[in-house]
Amino acid sequence: MQGLKQSIITSLWFMFLTFPIMVVRVNTIENTVEWRWMNLAYVGVGIFILSFVWRWALARKEAKQYETETTDKPKKQLWLSRAMEEPAVAKPALAAIFALSVAMPFLVSTYQTNIFISFLLYVILGLGLNIIVGVAGLLFLGHAAFYAIGAYSYALLNHYFGIGFWVALPLGGILACLGGILLAFPVLRLRGDYLAIVTLGFGEIIRLVLENWSDLTGGPSGISNIDRPGLFGMELSVADANVYIYYIVLALAIITMIAVQRLKNSRIGRALQALREDEIACQAMGIDRVNVKVMAFGLGTAWAGFAGVIFAAKTTFINPASFTFMESAIILSIVVLGGMGSNLGVILGSAFLVLMPEYLRAFSEYRMILFAAAMVLMMVFRPQGLIAPKGRKYHVDDPDLIKEGDA
Amino acid sequence: MDWEFFIELGLGGLTRGSIYALIAIGYTMVYGIIELINFAHGEIYMLGAFTGLIVAGVMGVYGFPAFAILLMAIVIAILYCAAYGYTMEKVAYKPLRGAARLSPLISAIGMSLFLQNYIILAQTSDFLPFPTLIPDFEFMEPIAHIFGSTDLVIVAASAVSMAALTVFIKFTKLGKAMRATAQNRKMAMLLGINADRIISTTFIIGSSLAALGGVLISTHSGQLNFMIGFIAGVKAFTAAVLGGIGSIPGAMLGGLFLGLTESYAAGYISSDYEDVFAFSLLVIFLIFRPSGILGKAPVEKV
Repeated sequence: MQGLKQSIITSLWFMFLTFPIMVVRVNTIENTVEWRWMNLAYVGVGIFILSFVWRWALARKEAKQYETETTDKPKKQLWLSRAMEEPAVAKPALAAIFALSVAMPFLVSTYQTNIFISFLLYVILGLGLNIIVGVAGLLFLGHAAFYAIGAYSYALLNHYFGIGFWVALPLGGILACLGGILLAFPVLRLRGDYLAIVTLGFGEIIRLVLENWSDLTGGPSGISNIDRPGLFGMELSVADANVYIYYIVLALAIITMIAVQRLKNSRIGRALQALREDEIACQAMGIDRVNVKVMAFGLGTAWAGFAGVIFAAKTTFINPASFTFMESAIILSIVVLGGMGSNLGVILGSAFLVLMPEYLRAFSEYRMILFAAAMVLMMVFRPQGLIAPKGRKYHVDDPDLIKEGDA
Repeated sequence: MDWEFFIELGLGGLTRGSIYALIAIGYTMVYGIIELINFAHGEIYMLGAFTGLIVAGVMGVYGFPAFAILLMAIVIAILYCAAYGYTMEKVAYKPLRGAARLSPLISAIGMSLFLQNYIILAQTSDFLPFPTLIPDFEFMEPIAHIFGSTDLVIVAASAVSMAALTVFIKFTKLGKAMRATAQNRKMAMLLGINADRIISTTFIIGSSLAALGGVLISTHSGQLNFMIGFIAGVKAFTAAVLGGIGSIPGAMLGGLFLGLTESYAAGYISSDYEDVFAFSLLVIFLIFRPSGILGKAPVEKV
């Protein structure tokens, strides 16, 4: 009964709240008003149902918290991450996925190959950002700027000097990496929210410079006729070039995954994770904060640079509108939804954000609002993301040490 | 030196600056109490402008006089934005109290994107014209070419509301409770202050001021779309940082400082890079003086 009353009140409150925006639409030029009363009913019913779900989820979360505090049962993982831990399941599964992704361009149309290219680009971008946000715990809102640096360095080098894709690919990565390092030095002292704002400001500065420096970058109209990557001097048709780019991006995505996975378990990776958990304790353990933070930025942004070069080669046309804050926000939500610090999570997150809207056309209009809502809900109910990242475990076999630990 | 141009830029900067200050107060008050950058605050300002437009449109159809429309638009926008601010806090921030520091920030970014897309879906993603609601006063005639009636109303309304806020914070019981909560939330709760209520009040006050700014700036610029909140929000945040985040007089000062800097830089250097100046100022301040003009440097305890 209590719940029912609460839900009715919540639903009435939201009907009041959304009334002007949802119901009224005015046209001040023709002086007409459009009333859409049906929307009010949708909001009322929707919120009424949602408020039950909300309370149920909140209660469940609290119960779980209580359970983990009182008992020391290990936390249950999502079935997917548990499956990936079983070598018997994971190895054939990975092999199947690999085989499928290699065969992909021959199974689907050019259009769909294109979608998969952008999916893999987001995987690379997400994995790069994951190093900074997930592993090192530095909230970074300017990732699109480094994506832009990569894309523009290929576009400009190609436009002015005729430099080809394969030379530009490492150059784009190096330039983005240098940009990341340059940004890292001044922001070393900042943390958390200040860092987020400075990186956001930095990203916007880069975009605005690209937009206004018309002599060099072509301004808002961008650069067109960028060369596609060449295959030993052969001229490829548009469809073939697409397939070729698909393989390049697939190879790069696999390299990124392996590199990031190895990085996480390396000395640097562990230093980054320590930095995320407690900066002061980490310094006390003898980790050079400056070095490690700069490395995190450089390593993360380099991947954005690679992705940018491929993006420019794929679309053959770029302009500053592709690198707005929205883009950074999308990449961030990939990382957050997937689970900060987890590579499998990034892949799942990109699949959700890039593939789902393509195949559920009906939802594409609601894509951003659903992801925005998912970001809030994820933080409220499952802050660790879809796939919770797991630290590496070390087993102690020495019986003396175990005994000491128990005492 | 062209003095008239100089004064014109100064007055333009004053108008801009007072709007930035109005929004910056919302950021600074929320930060002062729960140490969260409320990313969605700019969107509240945008919602205020849209609510104002809707009220103006509906009343315009029935032929109300411009002055009545302005008053109603402001009152209803403030009412609704206060409600939005209150609800937002309850949905997106309150369940996260005590969570890791990044969580509320990400939730705030999500909220901001949500509200932008809410406007796109429920209204439109195009620019909409906003009717002129402030009549040209006759006594402003001689200087109307550099400082119009709209500018006068904006500066006056901001000054009055900021003075009222200062009095409220300094002399009322609720204001005192707010200051106490900002200083030390646990201690304030021990002394019988309902911290949840104080946090809600903070969101309500901040959102109301943003709504006022939203309606006023829209009549000034004559157009709005769903993105106005993002740029205004980042700039107002810059203003809050310039003044020293957490300090209310600092936010006012920072707003004016930012408005004037932007106006002069646009006038004398290049108007193309206007936003770049604002962001650069933010980056420079955060790096060299993160505590701002009036703020105190926080002492970190280990």
